[in-house]
Amino acid sequence: MYTTELKERNQAVQGLSLEREDPERLAAFEARVAADDFIEPKDWMPEAYRKTLIRQISQHAHSESVGMLPEGNWITRAPNLRRKAILLAKVQDEGGHGLYLYAAAETLGITREEMIEALHSGRAKYSTIFNYPTLTWADIGAIGWLVDGAAIMNQVPLQRTSYGPYARAMVRICKEESFHQRQGYEIMMTLANGTDAQKRMAQDALDRWWWPSLMMFGPPDENSPNTAQSVRWRIKRETNDELRQKFVDVTVPQADALGLVVPDPKLKWNEERGHYDFGDIDWDEFYAVVRGEGPVAKERMTARVKAWEDGKWVRDAAAAHAEKRGMRIAAE
Amino acid sequence: MNRNWPLWEVFVRAKNGLSHRHVGSVHAADARMAIEAARDVYTRRMEGVSLWVVPSNAITASDPKEHADLFEPAEDKVYRHPTFYAIPDNVKNI
Repeated sequence: MYTTELKERNQAVQGLSLEREDPERLAAFEARVAADDFIEPKDWMPEAYRKTLIRQISQHAHSESVGMLPEGNWITRAPNLRRKAILLAKVQDEGGHGLYLYAAAETLGITREEMIEALHSGRAKYSTIFNYPTLTWADIGAIGWLVDGAAIMNQVPLQRTSYGPYARAMVRICKEESFHQRQGYEIMMTLANGTDAQKRMAQDALDRWWWPSLMMFGPPDENSPNTAQSVRWRIKRETNDELRQKFVDVTVPQADALGLVVPDPKLKWNEERGHYDFGDIDWDEFYAVVRGEGPVAKERMTARVKAWEDGKWVRDAAAAHAEKRGMRIAAE
Repeated sequence: MNRNWPLWEVFVRAKNGLSHRHVGSVHAADARMAIEAARDVYTRRMEGVSLWVVPSNAITASDPKEHADLFEPAEDKVYRHPTFYAIPDNVKNI
């Protein structure tokens, strides 16, 4: 799964002036990044670089973690044991991806608890895609195919992002992500080749997930003020619009192969550009979901907070056990 | 939660005959729990046959500021590498 870099309240990254940085160290840092060297946790880095990374990596981690919810919703209702085992494994992977990313963010000086608190209090953002409901089993297919497909498109270039721990987390994640997309596509193939009702279910899922998937790449480049700096620092390697176009170009033939119709009347191959032209994205919907007005945004956060609070006694018991054992070992 | 669980660095031996290699970190209350978390997080796809977990605060790391002092002296000692020495092509097994 993936999140784009979203602006958050109380986050004055753009306000962090580079002018306050030591020009010599800044120049040395920028030269290293420009030469595709990796920055490691103990290296000097501009404060704005650190803040941007904390925001992007923690949003990414939150997205992985919240991303378990829409799919977890279907584990008990998977149509057979094979699908159930696969879905369990996928959801467990998403939890793992969240952990790799939280650990990478922690190397920048933020604690796990601070990040979780920011998520639960609504200050931190996560990918808008997870605030849409999973209504039918076909949605699990569409999520794997489209949402994980968009994630892969975003995450492959991030394997070469300039911050070492983030890049290494992305390498692991990308290795695991391909299974997610293929299992989703397989679900779609099965439904698309099934009964009329199953085919309608597959088409309905594509209809509902197509546009939110395109929104996953974030606002258009002209409205993405942080992109230029992030590309310069090699935090991002490609812009939102470039990645979105790539996704459309590879996904449309996959929909054709399923015999399903992409819900965009303006979608058309443009021979001259060598790309598909596609219709306008409803950015009002995107910003509404970013603001927390997504169809199931409240439900998602309620589920996260409940899981955290219900698990408190386990965390407390583990801590008490470790303390007691530590005292016993000390006494021996 | 009142306090953060300590951080552990995780090392995985991919197969016997290879050394353990750093793969990432986990938070856990104690070493046993760290092993169990590391198993779930880092070996879901047969990545290893053995795990080490080490409290992160037990690791002493070199400082990037010492980079020149520590590592630059090696740069002008290319004679430590076999390719420094030119041996004629007709001389074999050396």
